[in-house]
Amino acid sequence: MTAIRHHIPDDLLMGYAAGALPQAFDLVVATHVSLSDDARARLAGFEEVGGAVLSDLEECEIGEDSLQQTLAKIASMAPTPRAKPSKGVFPKPLRDIVGGDEDAVKWKSVGMGAKQAVLCSEDGVTARLLYIPAGQAMPQHGHNGMEMTLVLKGAFRDEDGVYARGDIEVANQDVDHQPIAEPGEDCICLIATDAKLRFQGLLPRIAQPFLGI
Amino acid sequence: MEKTEAHWVASIVSIAQQQDQKAFAEVFRHFAPRVKAFLIKSGADESLAEECMQDVMATLWHKAHMYDPSRASVATWVFTIARNRKIDLLRRYARPEPEELPWGPEQEPDQADVIALHQESTRLADAIRKLPPKQRDLIERAYFGDLTHSEIAAETGLPLGTIKSRIRLALERLRHAMS
Repeated sequence: MTAIRHHIPDDLLMGYAAGALPQAFDLVVATHVSLSDDARARLAGFEEVGGAVLSDLEECEIGEDSLQQTLAKIASMAPTPRAKPSKGVFPKPLRDIVGGDEDAVKWKSVGMGAKQAVLCSEDGVTARLLYIPAGQAMPQHGHNGMEMTLVLKGAFRDEDGVYARGDIEVANQDVDHQPIAEPGEDCICLIATDAKLRFQGLLPRIAQPFLGI
Repeated sequence: MEKTEAHWVASIVSIAQQQDQKAFAEVFRHFAPRVKAFLIKSGADESLAEECMQDVMATLWHKAHMYDPSRASVATWVFTIARNRKIDLLRRYARPEPEELPWGPEQEPDQADVIALHQESTRLADAIRKLPPKQRDLIERAYFGDLTHSEIAAETGLPLGTIKSRIRLALERLRHAMS
């Protein structure tokens, strides 16, 4: 576990615990929690609230042969194997959706050596991987909605400081920022956005439909 | 008679280690009607709720060896399985879940951690029952999936700080045992 300096806000952890987030945000939260014991413990706290709500529910009627049917289901299911500690750059939830680790990503060039891969997209909520060469800037952009950025490899810097593996940045419409990859190592981030970003300047604005972000 | 948390923890361990059908039947009688009620409150109809509840209880059997009582009460663990299954079914994709932290046979959870977590989760449940009805209703609706993310206020007024630090300590001990 690396020391994480930029943590995820409580409302996103509670949203994940309650099952209220869109898929793209669920993916970023599950990946971040895989890298941060602090987030894992805070999430577990919010899940205890769910456990208490469940316990206090009034029982409802279940089918007469429910138990027998469930035992039949059990017999037909394969046992769940114990998880193995993961190796590689991507934690399991990300590996599952990519279909492998870093080398399995189907990157598309977005110019200047930067690459991206869209992982899922529904109702304007998108998760994608972004690859920024060391020392290079992302276009400066603001947000119409919320953007979560989780660093998986390398690091980037913006007005709020340096973000390294496991660090998460949550930006809303008030933030206009220009992340720059730190020199030394290329940077890979997992990003979820819930609306189109607003880029500053004419050229990136033209590129925006092409970037699909 | 109301069964204690220690009883339910022992039942899950017995299911994991001895494929104990009697313990499972007891767990089923207690949790299955609540899981089904949770699914109906979350918008599932009767037949989907019954089907999904059976999936949840079958998953409980198969994942019993992964349950860690120092990090979640039995009810909470059941809740997370039900929530994940609900999302798989309603949204038709596999919900992304955090990587599991493996317990080996040599890494039994610390009993003091298990007891401490139990005390905290009891305290939390009491605090929820004592909330003003309006606030309690809002929390329940959030966990039934009635609220969108932007409607959720993480400031619940509940004593979550201590339970989080307890779980954090249990995680530290687990990391230590794994290294």
